Amino acid sequence: MGMTMAEKIIAAAAGVVSTKAGDIETVTLDRLMSNDGTTHLTIDMYNNKLKHPRIADTKKLVWIVDHNVPADSPKTAASQKKMRDFAREHGIDFYEGQGVCHQIMMENYVRPGELIFGADSHTCAYGALGAFGTGVGCTDYLYAMVTGTSWLLVPETIRFNLRGKLPKGVYARDLILTIIGKISANGANYKAMEFAGEGLHSLSIADRISICNLCVEAGAKTALMEVDEVAMDYLKEHGREPKACYQSDEDAVFAETYDIDLSTIVPIVAKPHFVDNVVPATESYGVKIDEAFLGSCNNGRIEDLRVGAAVIKGKKVAPKVRFLVVPASRAVYNQALKEGLLDIFMEAGAIVMNPNCSVCWGACQGVIGEGETLISTGTRNFKGRAGHKESFIYLASAATVTASAIAGQITTADRV
Amino acid sequence: MSNTFTAKIWVLGDDIDTDIILPTEYLALKSVEDMKPYAFSPLRPELAGLIQPGDMIVAGKNFGCGSSREQAPEVVKALGISCIVAKSYARIFFRNAINNGLLLIENQELRDVVTEGELAKVTPGEKIEYMGKTYEIANLPDNLMEILNAGGLVKAMRKRNGLD
Amino acid sequence: MGHTLIEKVFGRKVGREVKPGDIITVDVDWCMIDDIMAPFAISKFEEMGFSKVWDPNKVVLIYDHFVPATQVDDSRHFRVADAFAEKYGVKNVHRTDGICHQLMTEAGYVKPGDIAFGTDSHTVTYGCVGAFSTGIGYTEMAGILGTGQLWVKVPESIKVVVDGTLPKNVTSKDVILRVIGDLTASGATYQSLEFSGSCIENMSVASRMTMSNMAVEAGAKCGIFVPDQKTCDYCNIDYSDEIKELYPDEDAVYSRVLHYQAEDLVPVMACPSLVDNIKPVSEIKGTKVDEVFLGSCTNGRLEDLQLAAKILKGKHVAPYLKFIVTPASRKIYLEALRDGTLEILSDAGAIITTPGCGLCCGRAGGILSDHEVVVATNNRNFLGRMGTSKVQIYLASPASAAATAIAGEITEAPLDLF
Repeated sequence: MGMTMAEKIIAAAAGVVSTKAGDIETVTLDRLMSNDGTTHLTIDMYNNKLKHPRIADTKKLVWIVDHNVPADSPKTAASQKKMRDFAREHGIDFYEGQGVCHQIMMENYVRPGELIFGADSHTCAYGALGAFGTGVGCTDYLYAMVTGTSWLLVPETIRFNLRGKLPKGVYARDLILTIIGKISANGANYKAMEFAGEGLHSLSIADRISICNLCVEAGAKTALMEVDEVAMDYLKEHGREPKACYQSDEDAVFAETYDIDLSTIVPIVAKPHFVDNVVPATESYGVKIDEAFLGSCNNGRIEDLRVGAAVIKGKKVAPKVRFLVVPASRAVYNQALKEGLLDIFMEAGAIVMNPNCSVCWGACQGVIGEGETLISTGTRNFKGRAGHKESFIYLASAATVTASAIAGQITTADRV
Repeated sequence: MSNTFTAKIWVLGDDIDTDIILPTEYLALKSVEDMKPYAFSPLRPELAGLIQPGDMIVAGKNFGCGSSREQAPEVVKALGISCIVAKSYARIFFRNAINNGLLLIENQELRDVVTEGELAKVTPGEKIEYMGKTYEIANLPDNLMEILNAGGLVKAMRKRNGLD
Repeated sequence: MGHTLIEKVFGRKVGREVKPGDIITVDVDWCMIDDIMAPFAISKFEEMGFSKVWDPNKVVLIYDHFVPATQVDDSRHFRVADAFAEKYGVKNVHRTDGICHQLMTEAGYVKPGDIAFGTDSHTVTYGCVGAFSTGIGYTEMAGILGTGQLWVKVPESIKVVVDGTLPKNVTSKDVILRVIGDLTASGATYQSLEFSGSCIENMSVASRMTMSNMAVEAGAKCGIFVPDQKTCDYCNIDYSDEIKELYPDEDAVYSRVLHYQAEDLVPVMACPSLVDNIKPVSEIKGTKVDEVFLGSCTNGRLEDLQLAAKILKGKHVAPYLKFIVTPASRKIYLEALRDGTLEILSDAGAIITTPGCGLCCGRAGGILSDHEVVVATNNRNFLGRMGTSKVQIYLASPASAAATAIAGEITEAPLDLF
């Protein structure tokens, strides 16, 4: 019987010839990413709960300070210091203030065919390069850190066959929100979401990251995309070779299969307070906003900034709206600077921040107050995620977010 | 102002700055009541909880230096401090205290002789008695006495606007 | 008897000669309210029973301490201030343009000879253009909003004369730190610091701002510079006879005169945790540093960023050290972006944040934890100002800060770099 991409990657990581959904496999991990959201807890357990603490393979660890940068309280400063000191002592690859963890991983580490644990739910983004990335808690992370291995329940796969092209003014974000709306916020629980088909080839790596990244919001364990020329070009550009490029076999068994015609997708908004509460953007027109956010591991890449800059060039942010623009990494920041995009945003009245998680994480920058409304390219619109428990978050594409920042209310780029 | 009162003394040093009196992170709390527990926290985190209404502070030079945050004298007043005796005051703090009706007394000697927890007897505008010895104190300039006598600047302005 | 600069500013304002000690009531040209204090000033204003703002065009609201917001109640301050502005017709509202003290002169409000008050102690900054400006509490600000006036005691003046040319690794920050060290943190209380001398005359307005900004750290009521051609160019006005008349008289009386020869000055830092604990950098060289902060109303201007870029060009900050750069205003950010300064800083590993108070006000922007050491270009190193009370804060010039960022330990900028 044929195998899916997920099954193939796990089989390889487990050193077995084949595996199937429902099996439990012990796998050797290729990479272990952790950020300042939880690493201090991992370190505490490492130091206090283990009898003979040791790291299985330091070279596989990547630690990234991205959530509260620069630190906003003595508490976050202390947990970052703990992380920095530990990384320094053990020679762990360490990044601080360089950008959002998943973007740094994509730029520097992720290879097709790898199995990667990240102590962050959006680790599933790595599927954009055909790697199996999945989010784990710090206990699982610690186990993997000291043993180099972990166990995995092999997931069933939902397959999405993409065809056609996204219409002009419609973005990957609209596509994935449409999909999440269709299958619901738990529609892919424990499952892998796999994307294939000729439609995939029209999507940039940025688009693909945006799609895979958000699959966890449908409950998925991971997201996977076939590696094509576009992916190979990206790897080459970043000086990396694939570990292995997998495709699902023709006779692989999928839990469900969806055929999606990209040309039918329209601009979408996810309304408060769930990611699957999606409507066409037209239905949210006129909702007054207090803040707009362009950034995050989902939409803070150069392609997204280009989209936003094109929308806002020569225009101004609405007087009372706070428009945060946060490049996803230093590389993105530098590129945006060179291309003049930062100039456009600053000239328009945006708040251009240093690369970090920013208001997507909701703790350190652009926190919104009681009764306020945010439109965001971030990953989640859960109640209270960006600040006050009585506040509202809408999720949308870079274009829609930027257009809304100009209008002071939700609108689409064709209307500003 | 000849209302003599007796107060327990808390002793502080020189250059007690406004970040010590109330750190920036608490400035935006909604009310002075909310800020009270954090007064003096960088220097003596327990102090705010120990101060009882009617107590006094005796400090060294340049009390209240630093920012213009009026929360500083307000929070000291809210803790119930009856007066501050210091060798000198930073000017913004001084104005802010008067505008909030917090009594400030300038005295060069007291700080070097007092012991924390002891009592002193204060007669505003005249003297402080401590351990059997009397320390003379000066009155404030007239324009400031006007504000103090009105009960602070807000009340003075209300009067001006015909409200009280 | 002759008059000092500040006596002339006040004298012209009240239309008669004034002398130190006089208590005068002045008409206010500008009042600045920042985001932290706005709700407090507004509620006092309403409590006082005023029905209108005396002159809405003279009121400037600036949001800077809370940009970007880090706590859920921060944006309440914006909303309260916005509502006030709308109700009383205040048009001068800067929501994301940078630090208040930078904007008050940069955006063209305060001019030579003006009288300005602000709800922040570093309002003294505007002395850089020959204005009287000082920080007040929110209750007094509320009174000004209603009446347009405030009482002031005419201060005595301390004359600070700096002659000559500064060594290349010494900036106006080192000068003012040295002055504060010599005067002590309370040495100028109630007084005006009046700066003069050939070194001062040759300084840019930006460098002068650094010095007037920190006058309050010696307790001064204001720190003021004689407005000259450079000042007028900066303010975009003519160097008129009226402005020239502000020049202090030869026989003006000063309570004290400090004289410095610029060539004798060295890079210094204010060591923990007092602004007047000044030491030559050579004495504290080698102290390990965790973070370096370049920014604030003291040293977040274009020339500061350019100086740092000159030192950092082609180099990288020390491993594990955080180097945070926060330009003082949107205009400065854009200028630094366009002239390549930001690119150099970013390539060197700087974390470049959006313009605002940032770390200086201690609510975000690079807070530290126990036993960490920060070298910062701002104006205060008070206990607990940037994190816990066990954080060690050193105040430095942009040059020393940049050199320290590369070395990972306290050092001065080597002279051969220039």
